[in-house]
Amino acid sequence: MLRKLSCSVLAFAAFAGTAQAQTEIQWWHAMGGELGAKLEEIVAGYNASQSDYKVVPTYKGTYAETMTAAIAAFRAGEQPDVVQVFEVGTGTMMAAQGAVYPVYKLMEDMGADFDPKGFLPAVVGYYTDTEGNMLSMPFNSSTPILYYNKDVFAKAGLDPEKAPATWAELEADAKQIMASGAAKCGFTTGWISWVQLENLSAWHNQPIGTEENGFGGLDAELTVNGPVQVKHWENLARWQKEGIFQYGGPGGGADAAPKFYAQECAIYMNSSASRAGVIANAKDFTVGYGMLPYYDDVEGAPQNSIIGGATLWVLQGKENDHYKAVADFFHYLSSPEVQADWHQFSGYLPITQAAYDLSKEQGYYDANPGAETGLKQITLNAPTANSKGLRFGNYVQIRDVIDEEFQRLLSGEVDAKTALDSVVTRGNALIRDFEAANK
Amino acid sequence: MQHKRTTFRHRGLPYLLLAPQLAVTGVFFLWPAGQAVWQSFLREDAFGLKTSFVGLANYTKLLHDPQYLGSLHVTVIFSLATAALSIVSALVLALAADRVLRGPRVYTALLVWPYAVAPAIAGVLWWFLFNPTIGILSYALRALGHDWNHLLDKTDAMVLVILAAAWKQVSYNFLFFLAGLQAIPASLREAAAIDGAGPVKRFFTIVAPLLSPTTFFLLVVNVVYTMFDTFAVIDATTEGGPAQATNILVYKVYRDGFIGLDLGGSAAQSVVLMGIVIVLTVVQFRFIERKVTY
Repeated sequence: MLRKLSCSVLAFAAFAGTAQAQTEIQWWHAMGGELGAKLEEIVAGYNASQSDYKVVPTYKGTYAETMTAAIAAFRAGEQPDVVQVFEVGTGTMMAAQGAVYPVYKLMEDMGADFDPKGFLPAVVGYYTDTEGNMLSMPFNSSTPILYYNKDVFAKAGLDPEKAPATWAELEADAKQIMASGAAKCGFTTGWISWVQLENLSAWHNQPIGTEENGFGGLDAELTVNGPVQVKHWENLARWQKEGIFQYGGPGGGADAAPKFYAQECAIYMNSSASRAGVIANAKDFTVGYGMLPYYDDVEGAPQNSIIGGATLWVLQGKENDHYKAVADFFHYLSSPEVQADWHQFSGYLPITQAAYDLSKEQGYYDANPGAETGLKQITLNAPTANSKGLRFGNYVQIRDVIDEEFQRLLSGEVDAKTALDSVVTRGNALIRDFEAANK
Repeated sequence: MQHKRTTFRHRGLPYLLLAPQLAVTGVFFLWPAGQAVWQSFLREDAFGLKTSFVGLANYTKLLHDPQYLGSLHVTVIFSLATAALSIVSALVLALAADRVLRGPRVYTALLVWPYAVAPAIAGVLWWFLFNPTIGILSYALRALGHDWNHLLDKTDAMVLVILAAAWKQVSYNFLFFLAGLQAIPASLREAAAIDGAGPVKRFFTIVAPLLSPTTFFLLVVNVVYTMFDTFAVIDATTEGGPAQATNILVYKVYRDGFIGLDLGGSAAQSVVLMGIVIVLTVVQFRFIERKVTY
């Protein structure tokens, strides 16, 4: 009897629960560690701010794992409402027209308060179609900057307040640092593909591919084997032989940061969002910040750098009230207060002008040297067709190809021209595959 | 050959008894394998929105893909080297453990230990030891004049994954060899010793031939191991790099399918792999079962 009663009580409770339930939306993300905790804090703040909707964040592993999981879930009809996808997955997401709900359209359909003009063009430009419509909601965007060890610079007799602005200066500084014994190596870098090829191209206003770096259509082709890129890779190979440059590994370059933290390399290039990590790890020395170096004999350099990071994509196949919830949540997420807080905590770029202004007002940049470097760099000039970003199909694999060819270059198997020609040939084959599959 | 025969009273009973096993095989092997075969004839975008039948295009592309042929080449080198290294070192260790008089169980237990280590952990362990920046072994190698860098040097990377994979497998081989050695009658060895055969001669004329079924069995098992179970070792150490120098077939299936989202191509690769397993299994049953006398 008792059991029966408790059963019916449970059933009733469950029923009552569904009847009154808020609309629950699932958000799959790839933010681990402290960033993940901060993300949950933001979501908790949203959930507490109103009672109609509830966002449930789920950590799904790395970027690649999160994207794969969402795609597999979509195929099984179990997709989340919102998924965080890294910038190189943009081409894949965009092409999946029946699977994604473009953000501009979502906001329009749901009648949400949404002003696309309030967003920083350098950030959202990467994620808009050729008509200027925003396809996904930028969440965590960053851009590579230069970090350097001020103590080593001083020890080598260099001005510790002056970061090398050009590659020629960087080479001279590195030589002086090594000759004076202040450090063993000049510089190292994370993300060869992102920093030393894609951003290098944008920074020098060189095309990464045809069709406006792939924005114009699936039939684009890579053009990264131009003279500036070849010259830079030649230099990198030479610098590696001379010990000026040390390779930190493929992908993000896991070994690059330790080389900088251990004061083995005096200069380090990586995401502006690495700033917090760099400060936390640079216990025995002072960190300086600078923009990426450029070749001063290239006309139009420096142009502006491009971003990396991830955006939030909305997936199709849900009830209308879910999309209402998503629109409301995105509105909250892009509010100046939330954005400024996330930006200041993480080092990611603010996505709106209002959040940028608010951070300025709060005196954040005066108190935190280097925090504005990335922002200044992406907004240095109005983005050109070569510097607003890139969008190619199968780009996750193309990134691997870039790493592989770079490794072949450093091991002396091929020269810079051959390596980059091969990136173009192999990359184009992958883009053609993608084109064929998405026709 | 002797046949054992059990007679069931009902015709249906044996099938009923087999049903659970058949269901498991069907659900967890035949169904997914069938899907892989079907998928290998398709070209599909990542979300499965546009699918087209392309016949054997995925296969012809594979055979003309220098990366795939390179991966095949890498797999052969990796498999044979790992199998050889783990078999030879296990044999040496088993011979040594077989002669230990004091506390043989302790040695045996210690030697079997690595087998209990998860492949991913083993990979991370070797990755740490040989890490060009922070690894102690790479530091030692540098002191000896070899600039170890498996991030760039293809040979270094190959050596690293072979060491890590072989180390994991030594324990398994060791157990089989030890059992094999202990099954060799002492009288045979003693008789040979009395006839004046030295330890080396005794090993090559008596021990090695009597161990040959074990060795052959281990060779097949090890090759299968290196081809399929070393995924975690590769993933934790080199991720197939540098420049695909350690991108073995099974790792390539994962990279192309799960990271690259090229499902058709990846499925075609798994079908090829499935073919290789079938061949290896046939070899094992045909030759080993026939030759081994228990």
